[in-house]
Amino acid sequence: MKYEVVIGLETHAELDTESKLFCGCSTKFGSEPNTQTCPVCLGLPGVLPVMNKKAFEYSLKAAVALYCEINQFTNFDRKSYYYPDLPKNYQTSQNYFNIGNNGYVDMVVAGKEKRISIHNVHLEEEAGKLIHPESSDANYSLVDFNRAGVPLLEIVTQPDMRSIEEVESYMQTLRNILLYIGVSDCKMQEGSLRFEASISLREQGSAIYGNRVEIKNLNSMKAVSKVLTYEISRQSELLDKGEDVLMETRLWDDVNSSSRRMRSKEESHDYRYFPEPDLVPFWIKQEWIDETMATIPELAVSKRQRFVKEYSLSDYDAGILTDDKLLADYFEECVGLSQDSPKELSNWIINDVLRELKERKLNVQHFVISPKMLTELVKIKPTIGSSIAKEVFVEMINTGKSAHAIVKEKDLVQIDDTSELNEIVIKVIGDNPKAAEDYGQGKKNALAFLIGQTMKITKGKANPKILTELFKQRLSSISQ
Amino acid sequence: MILRELSANSIKEKIIKREITAQEVVEDLFKWIGLKESLIKAYISLDKEGALLKAKEIDEKLNNGGRVGLLAGIPVAIKDNICTWGMKTTCASKILENFTPPYDAFVVKRIKEEDAIIIGKTNLDEFAMGSSNENSAFHVTRNPWNTDCIPGGSGGGSAAAVTADMAFMALGSDTGGSVRQPSSFCGNVGCKPTYGRVSRYGLVAFASSLDQIGSITKDVSDAALLLQVVSGHDCHDSTSANVEVPDYIAGINSVNNNLRIGVPKEFFGEGLNPEIESAVKNALGIYKKNGAELIDLSLPHCGYALATYYIIATAEASSNLARYDGVRYGHRSQLSEDNIIDMYSRVRAEGFGSEVKRRVLLGNYVLSAGFYDAYYIKASKVRNLIKSDFEDAFSKVDCIISPTCPSPAFKIGEKITDPLEMYLSDIYTIPANLVGIPGISIPCGFTTTGLPIGMQLMGKHFEEEKILRIAKLFENETDFHLKKPGLK
Ligand SMILES: [Zn+2]
Repeated sequence: MKYEVVIGLETHAELDTESKLFCGCSTKFGSEPNTQTCPVCLGLPGVLPVMNKKAFEYSLKAAVALYCEINQFTNFDRKSYYYPDLPKNYQTSQNYFNIGNNGYVDMVVAGKEKRISIHNVHLEEEAGKLIHPESSDANYSLVDFNRAGVPLLEIVTQPDMRSIEEVESYMQTLRNILLYIGVSDCKMQEGSLRFEASISLREQGSAIYGNRVEIKNLNSMKAVSKVLTYEISRQSELLDKGEDVLMETRLWDDVNSSSRRMRSKEESHDYRYFPEPDLVPFWIKQEWIDETMATIPELAVSKRQRFVKEYSLSDYDAGILTDDKLLADYFEECVGLSQDSPKELSNWIINDVLRELKERKLNVQHFVISPKMLTELVKIKPTIGSSIAKEVFVEMINTGKSAHAIVKEKDLVQIDDTSELNEIVIKVIGDNPKAAEDYGQGKKNALAFLIGQTMKITKGKANPKILTELFKQRLSSISQ
Repeated sequence: MILRELSANSIKEKIIKREITAQEVVEDLFKWIGLKESLIKAYISLDKEGALLKAKEIDEKLNNGGRVGLLAGIPVAIKDNICTWGMKTTCASKILENFTPPYDAFVVKRIKEEDAIIIGKTNLDEFAMGSSNENSAFHVTRNPWNTDCIPGGSGGGSAAAVTADMAFMALGSDTGGSVRQPSSFCGNVGCKPTYGRVSRYGLVAFASSLDQIGSITKDVSDAALLLQVVSGHDCHDSTSANVEVPDYIAGINSVNNNLRIGVPKEFFGEGLNPEIESAVKNALGIYKKNGAELIDLSLPHCGYALATYYIIATAEASSNLARYDGVRYGHRSQLSEDNIIDMYSRVRAEGFGSEVKRRVLLGNYVLSAGFYDAYYIKASKVRNLIKSDFEDAFSKVDCIISPTCPSPAFKIGEKITDPLEMYLSDIYTIPANLVGIPGISIPCGFTTTGLPIGMQLMGKHFEEEKILRIAKLFENETDFHLKKPGLK
């Protein structure tokens, strides 16, 4: 392409706390409108905010996980603008002393490592939600304040991304980090993770940034990709025609897949930030930062590399296992119980466990087959054979019983005893003289038929390997 | 003996000793209010029914030998910017004319727990912005000493109610002098504690970093009693201090040894009414006679206090008052609205008075991009300089004494057209708010026209006990606090 794309991203992640940022109201999603409110989050006269300690700790944790410099003196500021979903008509946010600055996210795009700089990480309160009546001539709107005051983490990057692929990778990586450190559930369908993008184009090789367009209201990663594709073509068309791209804020319309102007640069808000006098400044001592650092788990990027090295998994498999921290933990718990078969355990998890979880829309935490149960199944698999093992797996899900119990109950142990099998082989050959003859004349699929007959009699329990050997021996001795 | 003229401590004693019932006290008080309220107009709303109910409860408790609280049976008035559950809290503004809070302010909860009887909500300048009570959207309260005069502001209603014996004590709020200045104009004891000493939870915010709830009482002992009840840490106010509250009631009667009193020259300069100057100097003489050492000192940056205050207070006010938009509660315009901006504009244009609008505009201006550093940041720096002035001073003295106001109560309408002249009325009280230290105004004389004169005592952070004690020393030597306006 003729132009280089320059993209920066602001991510809003609702923190996964029980109560709101400044009051005790629940943050539960999906309740009846305005049932999770109190004088504080409704902005009634005379109320005051009290910081939710957990929300503050989560923000600090995120800032540390994103390698930010932590501001040892951090403070909150009021950001003023009028909107009916904002109870106080100012949002308590951070502007002058963010909790973290100058961090970064390392990620892998198309096999190559790339670092995205984080400008700042800060904590603020959510607004409520406007509900517009469906009828077009309605002269009112409704407001639901259940969401008002939910703690919101804002993560702002530098304009470091140069393609949609990089943006997608950044969003995935960031989401993954937030999930790994357990500060947000990142549920996009519930609005827990939202984005704002800024994008400009410039001639390849140019050192000067082009005019920047900001796009708000991006409620999913898909929307971000769509809007950026749309903007790249809109802006390149303008530039191709020799026209200027206007500095403006645009609003993404997900239904019509297009963006429209919200306001120009001239109309941009003056938020009149000033320090929030109702909260006291926070002093974050080095010990607190160190303690927080110690709670950050191994993140996906390094876990994936370790899985490849330590368990000899493919990078692809390691990627799948580490995408979800709980799945990675599940795998490692299995490996801890049975060190000799990481590859086989990984196959079971990636093929069977994930399939069942997806079908049942379950989290691995709530999966009926515990790591101990799966490991046991893998251990006894040689005694029952792969195909019966798969059946046992399904039975385990349906009944919640252990592999041992099922095998015992259903008498599924493989028949490995050569003399026992030999007797059956002789009987099957005696019963099917035609097939034995065909084999002698070089018709190899006659063997498959005979084995099939044997399996019928043994209900699939005959060890297929031994069985094949016995048939070959017997049949060749007959034909000689 | 006229019941209503007794101090809060005295009436409580009579109730507890069952010389009189709380119900009788309330009945007597409301009878008097019925006679005089149309003249004084101290209240925005009264709650005789609720007061009698509470009085009955206290009487029953006493009859059954039960324990009663520290404020047992004392009728208390509350400034109408402090939230009272189920009782309208209007801030003397049209925008909150019909607002009934669904919760009690921390201080209201505390006084209820101590068996106070809330009799009504008192008038103020709209959202506590003003020095005369003339900015109330409802009516002007009159000074009981001269009903042609204002009672001071913004807590003029509370001060007038206590002076006219229409309440035994009152709660007010003091952002730049709103407890001390009207107390001075009405001849009461008005105490603004240290910022953080009394929870602001439930006080409708004007300027959050300056607002402090305080007491308006008939004497120093009553002030100690009320402060004892409302002081202390509150987990609902992040700026509330977790500092131990001493026993004020016992503390005020301790002996003052080696007292060092600072006399700041900046508070005795140009613009000070000579009668007030001589009354305060006379009071200083009484202290000296009682063994105190008077130390001349200077607070050089206090000259900038008024300007600093009007930047910080308006900045915070513009933001605190942004929530009054008609969306969730409060005034809603009857005119049709084309869009949300229209609605906001009409609600606020109709709902706010001119002084509130002036301050909101000023506040938005000083916080605007391009002006923030020149105004707000600079003002914050000057505020720190004023703080260090006081820190230096308190390394040498126990307390600083000054006039509370440069002039006595003025005539209704006299200054309303000149906001700057009006603002000067708070020039001596504002520094204590900027610094966050406690200040108390006590009566120290009268003008030749019979208006009360107030003297201000300022102390170190959290040394309310000390300034109350020093105030009590003066009260013991004088009888200005016992004088009554001729309302009979
Ligand atoms: Zn709430």
